[in-house]
Amino acid sequence: MSEALQIRTMAEFAAAGEVPEVLFWVGCAGSFDDRAKKITKAFVRILNAANVKFAILGQEETCTGDPARRAGNEFLFQMQALQNVTVLNGYGVKRIVTACPHCFNTLKNEYPPLGGTYEVLHHTQFINALMKEGRIKVEGGSFKGKRITFHDPCYLGRGNNEYEAPREVLLKLDAALVELKRSKQNGLCCGAGGAQMFKEAEPGKREVNVERSEEALGVEPNVIAAGCPFCNTMLTDGVKHFNREGEVRVKDIAELVAEAGDL
Amino acid sequence: MGIASIVFILLVGASSWLFARNIMRVRRNILLGKEEVIDDRKGERWAVMTRVALGQSKMVVRPIAGFLHIIVYAGFVIINIEVLEIIIDGIFGTHRVLSFMGGFYDFLIGSFEWLALGVWVACAIFLVRRNIIKLKRFIMKELDGWPRTDANLILATEIALMTAFLLMNAADWSLQQKGAEHYTVAGAFPVSSVLAGALSNCSVASLIAIERICWWFHIIGILAFLNYLPYSKHLHILLAFPNVWYSKLKPKTEIANMERVTGEVKSMLDPSVQPPAPAAPRTVAGHEVADRFGAKDVFDLSWKSLMDAYSCTECGRCTSECPANITGKLLSPRKIMMDTRDRMEEVGKAIDTKGKWEDDGKSLHTRITDEELWACTTCNACTQACPVNIDPVNIIVEMRRYLVMEESKTRPALTSMFNNVENNGAPWAFGPDKRLDWTQQ
Repeated sequence: MSEALQIRTMAEFAAAGEVPEVLFWVGCAGSFDDRAKKITKAFVRILNAANVKFAILGQEETCTGDPARRAGNEFLFQMQALQNVTVLNGYGVKRIVTACPHCFNTLKNEYPPLGGTYEVLHHTQFINALMKEGRIKVEGGSFKGKRITFHDPCYLGRGNNEYEAPREVLLKLDAALVELKRSKQNGLCCGAGGAQMFKEAEPGKREVNVERSEEALGVEPNVIAAGCPFCNTMLTDGVKHFNREGEVRVKDIAELVAEAGDL
Repeated sequence: MGIASIVFILLVGASSWLFARNIMRVRRNILLGKEEVIDDRKGERWAVMTRVALGQSKMVVRPIAGFLHIIVYAGFVIINIEVLEIIIDGIFGTHRVLSFMGGFYDFLIGSFEWLALGVWVACAIFLVRRNIIKLKRFIMKELDGWPRTDANLILATEIALMTAFLLMNAADWSLQQKGAEHYTVAGAFPVSSVLAGALSNCSVASLIAIERICWWFHIIGILAFLNYLPYSKHLHILLAFPNVWYSKLKPKTEIANMERVTGEVKSMLDPSVQPPAPAAPRTVAGHEVADRFGAKDVFDLSWKSLMDAYSCTECGRCTSECPANITGKLLSPRKIMMDTRDRMEEVGKAIDTKGKWEDDGKSLHTRITDEELWACTTCNACTQACPVNIDPVNIIVEMRRYLVMEESKTRPALTSMFNNVENNGAPWAFGPDKRLDWTQQ
């Protein structure tokens, strides 16, 4: 990290009478989970390097309600959603970027019926656009020629049909992109979706993240790239299960870009 | 008009009536579900139906089964053109009434023969896959008993029908060659003319007997099969089309909003907003169904979920892609659909018997356990895999809603998550004051 992170809240923008280019929805994992916080900071370094005028909600941000809705608690989901919509609409937010596919899906698809309609982007889409516009220039750096495989997050891929943005970013790192057998539409879940992240798995023969990590390790990658803080946790644990954490790293795409560009 | 023609007309009439009655019963059972208006994006719906149902686009994701299924599907659709002729011949006692089409008729009959052979071979391979190779998705526990018998019966019937069709043509062709009365020369018989070799020692009388027996077997078989559909997973051949037309076009991971909850939450957040009046109970089959949150029974699901259940042909592609099932959890999306259908049938039978529905103390939850419901990751691998766009996730979420909002039954860790979200605005025990900590670390 070359400089301190430049971060301003929506309230600070409003007080200064300014309007940010985009709101960065950090999400609960990105705010509180030690592993995911690194992803958040990597993404902020990219935003800073590209001179993106972005804001965060800070203490005004709360859970989108995604896990509550998926676990059947519609009341709690709507309490969260309606409060968030009030805050977002109060600031006149038009454009949101988030590094979590679950927040992405909820903000993009499930807030419009509750009065919150925004342009919502996943951070891999945002980074890809910054690269295409030439706002950040990243060459392969340490990833040149490395074998990288990408695990499609269900809520980005199957859920919202975005398969290409993360892959286009990875290809710009001059890496050798190795596809998993179960990828894109047929990608296997990491095991965390549908509020599973917050509970023990139901009884079974093995954990879903072990099944998926075994498949990912099978293509002998240097890096397993993720695009979701939950997938990241699940795959990191899975790689540890096979005692391979010394050789194979699980990294978010934002971290790879920040590292390659020495941002 | 001969006796045979009269018997034939009575048979066709009776089986059409029976079939119509059964279809009305299926329709009534589907409409036990909640009303949901699906009439948006019509152009897209026709396109999806054309691609997915008519064009079998999701079947060919698995090339071997997809290719074989297309043969059987094409055979079913195309060979049934021949049934039209069979019906006309049956009523008027004619022989191959459409043969006036000349060369085109020869082409049609020839194509039917090749297809019939294709269907025969494909069904035989399907039987082998199920009973000898025993592919995993065909030997799972939920198929024990009737579902397995149903599958084998369907395949055996199709093989028998195709055998009768080809044998009928073989006898017909032999009779045409012998210049038998009534059997005027018509049609081309690339497959059955080879089979006819086995009939070379038969007299004209026994050839006529074979031709007639096969003719009657074929047509009675088709009529019987038609009436078997409403009792079988094979109903998918009809429901696949409307089911795909009405399928979800929205992003797969979008969960539909519960508007009634919106009204209540708005009034909770803002005391000046009046809470919505409680919805009037619905009367279904003479029974008052309470307006509850989520799904306790089939009455609480959308009619579309019930159509999904009747459209399922138990192929198990959903289950074989399900991460929970792959890792040995109890959940099988196929079983969710089968259980929903079986419960709907159970309710339907009770209504048929008593004329109205009376609570039998059972529900969907009698068949589907909490453990199955809580194993789902909502990853939508099942909805992606389904060749006719069935949505098991919707049923799972509706049933979870009932457990949580009506019964307060959940997993302890999820209760903690709910409490955290409610009190801290995050699923973990970190308050808003910690939300900016990452900027300082």
